[in-house]
Amino acid sequence: MSATTSDPRLAPTRQAPKQRMQLSWTDPRFRNLVWQALVLAIIVAVIWYLVGNTRHNLEARHIATGFGFLESTSGIPIGEQMIPYTSGASTYLRALTEGVLNTLKVAIVGVILSTILGTIIGVGRLSPNWLLAKITAVYVEVIRDIPVLLQLLFWYVLLQGLPAPKASIRLGSAVFLSNRGIKVPLLVWEDAHTWALVAFAVAIVLTFLWRRRVHRQRDLTGTAPKVWPVALALLIGLPVIVWAIFGAPLTIDMPQLHGFNFSGGGTITPEYGALTLGLVIYTSAFIAEIVRSGIQAVAQGQWEASQALGLHRGQTLNLVVLPQALRVIIPPMTSEYLSLAKNSSLAVAIGYQDIVSIASTILNQTGQAIEGIAIIMLVYLTISLSISLFMNWYNAHIALVGR
Amino acid sequence: MSQTNEAPEAAIVLDRVNKWYGAMHVLRDVSITIGKGERVVVCGPSGSGKSTTIRCINRLEEHQQGRIVVDGTELTNDTRALDTIRREVGMVFQSFNLFPHLTILENCTLAPIQVRKMPKAEAEELAMSYLRRVKIPEQAKKYPLQLSGGQQQRVAIARALCMKPKIMLFDEPTSALDPEMIKEVLDTMVGLAETGMTMVCVTHEMGFARQVANRVVFMDRGEVVESGTPHEMFENPQTERLQTFLSQILRGH
Repeated sequence: MSATTSDPRLAPTRQAPKQRMQLSWTDPRFRNLVWQALVLAIIVAVIWYLVGNTRHNLEARHIATGFGFLESTSGIPIGEQMIPYTSGASTYLRALTEGVLNTLKVAIVGVILSTILGTIIGVGRLSPNWLLAKITAVYVEVIRDIPVLLQLLFWYVLLQGLPAPKASIRLGSAVFLSNRGIKVPLLVWEDAHTWALVAFAVAIVLTFLWRRRVHRQRDLTGTAPKVWPVALALLIGLPVIVWAIFGAPLTIDMPQLHGFNFSGGGTITPEYGALTLGLVIYTSAFIAEIVRSGIQAVAQGQWEASQALGLHRGQTLNLVVLPQALRVIIPPMTSEYLSLAKNSSLAVAIGYQDIVSIASTILNQTGQAIEGIAIIMLVYLTISLSISLFMNWYNAHIALVGR
Repeated sequence: MSQTNEAPEAAIVLDRVNKWYGAMHVLRDVSITIGKGERVVVCGPSGSGKSTTIRCINRLEEHQQGRIVVDGTELTNDTRALDTIRREVGMVFQSFNLFPHLTILENCTLAPIQVRKMPKAEAEELAMSYLRRVKIPEQAKKYPLQLSGGQQQRVAIARALCMKPKIMLFDEPTSALDPEMIKEVLDTMVGLAETGMTMVCVTHEMGFARQVANRVVFMDRGEVVESGTPHEMFENPQTERLQTFLSQILRGH
């Protein structure tokens, strides 16, 4: 080799030399490859066996596969209806949809309420107020130590133990607690209300625009009007005006006691009430601990630096502590939301007709076990992935830059 | 010592201040008067109450007995008094305590905008001028954790200055720094001293004390043992406790 071409510093693009793998057990790269190939082979073999075995058994028992049964008429009575459904006339597909909606109704309301309750209790545990701190501590310690199924049964038995409609407990003039559930007044929905709702949505947009304007003005001049009075006027005033323009209809469907039962009004069934209440109370204890640990994870020095600069406690919490605490809170909070959504399947124990309950009944009636279980799995997978995706997006949105 | 007729001109008056942590008596009749524009270094062995003393001045710690008057306002349970004092007193901590979720610039503008209600553009201009003074304007868009310790501490000084305080408190500002970064922070503080700022500094940097301080206060076991000019204190210590402390400090260096 001549000296002019062999100097590596003169070569314009010099690449890292390729390391060749030795076909020897002492080369870790070779070892890794062998292990990975082995694991892959085992997985393929297990799937092969399961599929083959299932097909063989289905054929032996003369069970047809496929989702055709979804179009057949369902004979399942459903008490908890979100969409119109008639037993003996509607299809299995509609029954399943009812189940999914019922599961979502518990999961969404549960996530919102347990977040609010959990945050209040978590902040309460950090309060300098001795009584509040102790009460919330006892709440957390007691609630999270009792199995959730037991709690659901407790609330269900409690709600079932309420007096019969004739002797129902009245809260105010129009709310009745009885063993038929909680009866509440219901607004008779008319077009005016739909338009009022649209006006409310418009008001939200206007409030955001107003807030942005105020912030811009504050950036320019240092002082600016408060956001909330105008926001309040917009959010309340606009829907009320629209509602008034449409004639201000206001018919309220009041629950009435007739003989042994109620007519009219809306109902929160004992099953739904017990399931939601039980899940919210159970999950909120865990969320409280997550919120508490998140706030405590922010160093004491952050409070001190902020206060030394003259910021008040509220400003410190909002601008300095919470933005940092959220980063610690969000990942475990996602797990709690996922647990709540999946724990809603305990509905079966107290007779609430969620997706598991309805799919199991269909499975019994049609014998389509594999399809039934697949549908349940698909529903939970979709719900869980949606929660995960949303929370991961939110987490990335607030992620700490520069760490 | 000629402190008696300084009272009307005093920036900070500590008058027989006492503090207990449970049964532990951590401050015993601490009386220090600091005049406007005066630069005081507080030193002493660890656990002597020097940090607690300056943290009482802006009420990060509460004193239980005695009077503290800052810039003519007495520190009481009245929140308005506390607001006034905290607005006029800046503080720099041993562990910087920058806000990690905000950029350097936002760290500096947060308090002027929120507390002083300053327009954002003006606050940013002010912040940039102080960042230039501590010689890191080019880092304004970065986040605290992307900076070295010395740079972070200089940002912390700029952040405190953005509130245009009349008094600056330094709580061991160089103790958490690597040796090669101590100088850049001390240089910044010397520069600040030259502007005539009233400064109270807890530090073991005796070189800094000699160069900058009008007065050195030596504390031990929660009380003020001795105070005087750096020259008097270091060349001619009167008490055995100060002699012991100085010999330990010098051995360490």
